[in-house]
Amino acid sequence: METEILARIQFAFTIAFHYIYPPLSIGLGLLMVIFEGLYIQTKNQLYHTLCRFWTKIFALTFGIGVVTGIVMEFEFGTNWAVYSRYVGDVFGSALAAEGIFAFALESGFLGILLFGWNRVKPWVHFVSTVGVFLGSMFSAVWIVVANSWQQTPAGFHIVGEGMQARAEITDFWAMVFNPSSVDRLTHVWIGAFLSGAFLVLSVHAYYLVKGRYIEISQKAFKIALLVATVFSLSQLLTGHHSADGVAKNQPAKLAALEGHYPANEKADMYLFGWVDQKNETVSGLKIPGGLSFLIHQDFDKPVVGLNAFKKEDRPGQVNAVFQFYHLMVSIGMLLIGMTLLASFYWWRGKLFDQRWLLMLFVPSVILPQIANQVGWFAAEMGRQPWVVYGLLRTSQAFSQAVSANQILFSLILFFLVYALLLFLFLYLLNKKIKHGPYDESEEEDRPMTKDISDAITG
Amino acid sequence: MTDKFIGIDFPTWWFLVVGGLFSGYAILDGFDFGAGAWHLFFKKEQSRRLALNAVGPVWDGNEVWLVIGGGALFAGFPVLYATLFSAMYIPFILFLVFLIFRAVAIEFRGKEEMLWWRKMWDICYSVSSIMLAFLLGVVLGNVLQGLAIGDDYLYQGAGFFEFLNPYAIMVGVTTLSLFMMHGAIYLLIKTEGKLFDKLEGLLKKAMIFFMISFTITSLYTLLYIPHLSDDFKAEPLLFIFPLLTFLSIANVPRLASKKRYKWAFFFSALSIGFMLALVAIELYPTLLLSTVSEQYNIDIYNAAASTKSLKIMMIIVAIGAPLVASYTYFVYKTFSGKVVIDDASY
Repeated sequence: METEILARIQFAFTIAFHYIYPPLSIGLGLLMVIFEGLYIQTKNQLYHTLCRFWTKIFALTFGIGVVTGIVMEFEFGTNWAVYSRYVGDVFGSALAAEGIFAFALESGFLGILLFGWNRVKPWVHFVSTVGVFLGSMFSAVWIVVANSWQQTPAGFHIVGEGMQARAEITDFWAMVFNPSSVDRLTHVWIGAFLSGAFLVLSVHAYYLVKGRYIEISQKAFKIALLVATVFSLSQLLTGHHSADGVAKNQPAKLAALEGHYPANEKADMYLFGWVDQKNETVSGLKIPGGLSFLIHQDFDKPVVGLNAFKKEDRPGQVNAVFQFYHLMVSIGMLLIGMTLLASFYWWRGKLFDQRWLLMLFVPSVILPQIANQVGWFAAEMGRQPWVVYGLLRTSQAFSQAVSANQILFSLILFFLVYALLLFLFLYLLNKKIKHGPYDESEEEDRPMTKDISDAITG
Repeated sequence: MTDKFIGIDFPTWWFLVVGGLFSGYAILDGFDFGAGAWHLFFKKEQSRRLALNAVGPVWDGNEVWLVIGGGALFAGFPVLYATLFSAMYIPFILFLVFLIFRAVAIEFRGKEEMLWWRKMWDICYSVSSIMLAFLLGVVLGNVLQGLAIGDDYLYQGAGFFEFLNPYAIMVGVTTLSLFMMHGAIYLLIKTEGKLFDKLEGLLKKAMIFFMISFTITSLYTLLYIPHLSDDFKAEPLLFIFPLLTFLSIANVPRLASKKRYKWAFFFSALSIGFMLALVAIELYPTLLLSTVSEQYNIDIYNAAASTKSLKIMMIIVAIGAPLVASYTYFVYKTFSGKVVIDDASY
């Protein structure tokens, strides 16, 4: 029991930390492609400067993403040996495809993206930027496919019994396109775009508030705002599709998301609330029949609740799942509100007069980060007690050869190293932001006077 | 296992794929670990920067091979992956931690001008490079000896430091010396001037270090781990491999003394490949020997994924490998020649 808990804490800690970075890389990748594409098209030096600036920050997020990602791959074997044996046949081909198609593409072109500015032609560099971006997108494909297979297994059969039992692949494409993979992939992609776009929004809003780099920041802010608006709205759609899928494929998880206990009654939707797991009730502000409507487009239709499942087949932490899920949804709504409001002012031509709004955007970078994290918490904790839904229990999946002491040792080690990593990341990010988008070598061409005059005239 | 492709069954094919990937990884990350191991021997800031930037554009591309190799092992031999990684828990965790430290050191060293900052990351970079090379060898040493695997492929060993036995340490040191030789040659190709002159002296030391540790480890293996030469005794024709390995290794000092470093690098890479081929021949078809009882040995058949899965992955490799090879070539070509420090450098 102790080993299981420690193994779960370690996995949760390392994956949550890892997941700060890849979404930023994917999102920044998209913006870098846009900036550099605009540069190639317009030959406007500002876009070139923007692309170089964000590439440097991208390098930071990418680097940490890679090293913390290798940890994840190893951890399947070190801490989840039974799971690895069980899913290896199915999961393995997705992971192999990730490595060879996605990760190799990313890392191969990264050298040119970072160090090749003066060594290759502009269009070759642009191709490299696109290559890195596509690589990170493909990476997400295979990882989400593998995780979705754990949520909604398909295209396999079980061979063997007891400790020797394992899933073997029967249909590769059925495995890849398992019932939840497409909805979850689009949801994850868009979540990543948002985290990148909001980092760009935040940094350039900071410059605008401080009255620095006005011209370049206005350009960057508008582009990122467009990306953020489009994707915060479309995230609503993919979120809805995902929820529909959960209702169909993982009813116990859906019930946990809304704390819906009655086995087969109409279900409410909460704006916020608190689940009393002992008495199996929820208190909070609700739309009566809201969940029924969301799933069946009918406020009175019954929805399967937690009581329809045996105690040992339900998620253990219903309130946590409920809270994480509701936090994610609320942040999603907040992002829509912020981007629509900013777009409105942009349309009226008064965006950059709204100092208060820009000040709101400065700390907004944290919002998509939190939403991404808690969204995954809800997805993974909602799948419990299963590691592979309906097939393999988490309590059976950990490495029995590893002792609790060993995990405690590695957990402390990871905690210290990751604390250092986070500190360095924030320190350097801060330094790069303070330094600004211009290189020393470009300092002379920097439109300093224009910046100042813009700042004075507003 | 009747399913075959060109007369070879699929688990054997996948064994070759994984072997190829691990050799590629050892050759590529081998030179950048080796280069890192020398780092503190360079005293001047300019030399250290040059040496670091010699591996700058390629080190994380090299680590991709680890990710792919690990993925290939997981996918093709999930039973081995599960047993080996959980049995070698501490060395693998330490490997990961040093891998992180090393990446961090490379990324962060150049970000501040302060002397103490750069010194700190220099030490971090060099120590992690040394430990990574050593730990790879330690894991290999444990695999060569076999592990206490019992029923249900469960590792029965206990104790925090069991992985650190004399033979494993020996193989670890040999690996380190091999990578240091390999890395010194790589740096010789990439540098010029004072650093180049210094490296010529260091390479001589590295070659002596390697020859001594390789000889001791080989003798120990022949004397005390006899099962590792059974296959060669049974099939004398296979002796061609140790012979080729020996010739390839002997070529390194010969070419180095003629200052033909590109060829020396080719042969040190080839030697790494041959040494791993020796390991592969010895082990095949076993992957992991059980020291408890032969019936618990993990071999390519009881560890393999289903034939269907292996077939799918062979297709993935057939499509992916030429892609990876072509853009790896492109990247190395873009950054070929001596290191030039510019404003994008570390």
